[in-house]
Amino acid sequence: MSGAELGILFLSLQVGLVSLAASLPIAIGVAFVLARKDFPGKTLFDAVVHLPLVLPPVVVGFVLLVLFGTQGPIGSLLEPLGIVFAFRWTGAALAAAIMGFPLLVRAVRLAIESVDPRLELAARTLGASRTRVFFTVTLPLAASGVVTGALLAFARALGEFGATITFVSNIPGETRTLPLAIYTATQVPNGDAEALRLSIISILVSLGALALSEWMVRRHKRGAHA
Amino acid sequence: MLEVDVAVRRDDFRIEAAFASDAPIVAFFGRSGSGKTTLVNAIAGILKPERGRIVIGGRVLFDSANGVDLPPEHRRVGYVFQDALLFPHMTVRANLDYGEALTPLAERVIDRERVLALLGLQALLERRPTSLSGGERQRVAIGRALLTSPRVLLLDEPLASLDGARKAEILAYIEILRDELRLPIVYVSHALEEVTRLADRVVVVSEGRVAAEGPAAEVLSRPELGPLTGRFEGGAVIEARVASHDPRYELTTLAFAGGQLVVPNLDALPGEPVRVRIRARDVSLALERPRGVSVQNVLPATVRSLGAEFGAIVEVSLDMGGVPLRARITRKAAEELGLAPGLQVHALVKAVSIDRHSAGFA
Repeated sequence: MSGAELGILFLSLQVGLVSLAASLPIAIGVAFVLARKDFPGKTLFDAVVHLPLVLPPVVVGFVLLVLFGTQGPIGSLLEPLGIVFAFRWTGAALAAAIMGFPLLVRAVRLAIESVDPRLELAARTLGASRTRVFFTVTLPLAASGVVTGALLAFARALGEFGATITFVSNIPGETRTLPLAIYTATQVPNGDAEALRLSIISILVSLGALALSEWMVRRHKRGAHA
Repeated sequence: MLEVDVAVRRDDFRIEAAFASDAPIVAFFGRSGSGKTTLVNAIAGILKPERGRIVIGGRVLFDSANGVDLPPEHRRVGYVFQDALLFPHMTVRANLDYGEALTPLAERVIDRERVLALLGLQALLERRPTSLSGGERQRVAIGRALLTSPRVLLLDEPLASLDGARKAEILAYIEILRDELRLPIVYVSHALEEVTRLADRVVVVSEGRVAAEGPAAEVLSRPELGPLTGRFEGGAVIEARVASHDPRYELTTLAFAGGQLVVPNLDALPGEPVRVRIRARDVSLALERPRGVSVQNVLPATVRSLGAEFGAIVEVSLDMGGVPLRARITRKAAEELGLAPGLQVHALVKAVSIDRHSAGFA
């Protein structure tokens, strides 16, 4: 693996992990609200959360560009604070987070819905506050769903192309993740060998993530049912 | 002291209940769907009553008039659910620790080692809930609730999912808790024999209201409970004391205000109070003291009243020196004997009709 390829791999992992770390707490919160609360406008809220799943990624990228560009309504507010997304790797992470968000929420929500709410009530009568019940009963029992959702979102982040290239372009060393690098390689003469090597790296990373999540789910199950 | 006066609505079901109890064990008795669990959930703070007041040991848990509504985690009630609801992702030890760790040190009045010993939990500590039997799960659930040092223990049909042997085992544990820990217990059940055996005071819940309430012996003897207890289970409950044992025939003699009662061996010391339930269908009547009869209990009684006739059957209310008894006989027999209020008769009760399940230690 050349130094350039290593750089691309690390950038992809960085984008994937940062997008996951940033979206996971929010997704768990949203999943809990969707699973356990009823409120007016819930259907609309649910639809908005799922929007990135059904929209063309290019559209998401364009909307991000409009909102988070340095001239955009949100981007111009954040710029003085030193937070810039446009044409930065952080923007690639933001795009990846938003594209993976519905997958994460769906998996976590299903897992939370499968937790018997009466176990949570039992914990309340034993003296636990709502927050404590969530962290000691609901979340641990939903852990396998969280792991599954995290894998899906991470895989989605590693494969993210359309929204990324539209929002943050294809800048070597900054926003050129694995899919963008593979695409670039296929656009130059004799780039096929490079594209193939990058593809193999992609496959290995995905298999690694799959194996890791499988191992975590199994370990959790063994813990719960031994 | 437990004081409840609430109206609770759940979906399209509504229950109103008002009662007070300072008995060691008060039972909520009624059919499934009568509102017993709804009432317990209101006490635990899981359901919010529309209006009313709930006070336990002088501590106001809920009072709609003054805007008091303590969340479940501040009510200090030990709630044991019908199906135990142990945390499946924790060991028995972690389940037991869960509530205890959340109880402030100053409030921990129940000794952990004692609870573990009383409920026989030592050997189960490292097990997972999924590997426990139904009875073991209930014991852990009771232990988990007790370790929060609650002011009251709520047991919602704790025997419902258990087989006969396990039922007897848990019943014995509950009696030990009552005697050892001096903790008021609310016992929810639809099983007459459980209520007879355990409860000192009974709140009969039917169709969203309290149908009867009072001391167990009095309430459980009321004829109007027939529809609740089932046609064939109606009867009277007698408070008695163990007088003597007869090891040769394995019989126990009980003494009560209306005379003596011979029953198959009861595992109790002489002098111990017991409650015995005598079903109306197990009582026959005779005008004169019969001779040459196998029935061991022949009790002088006075006919108080004849109940409503249904088909071939009439139910006779009797009085034995102030203690009520009921007999279910045929209309034909009642006519032939010329039964009428005030008539002196002899009530015949077969000793074997009183089994261990109809007797409880008061």
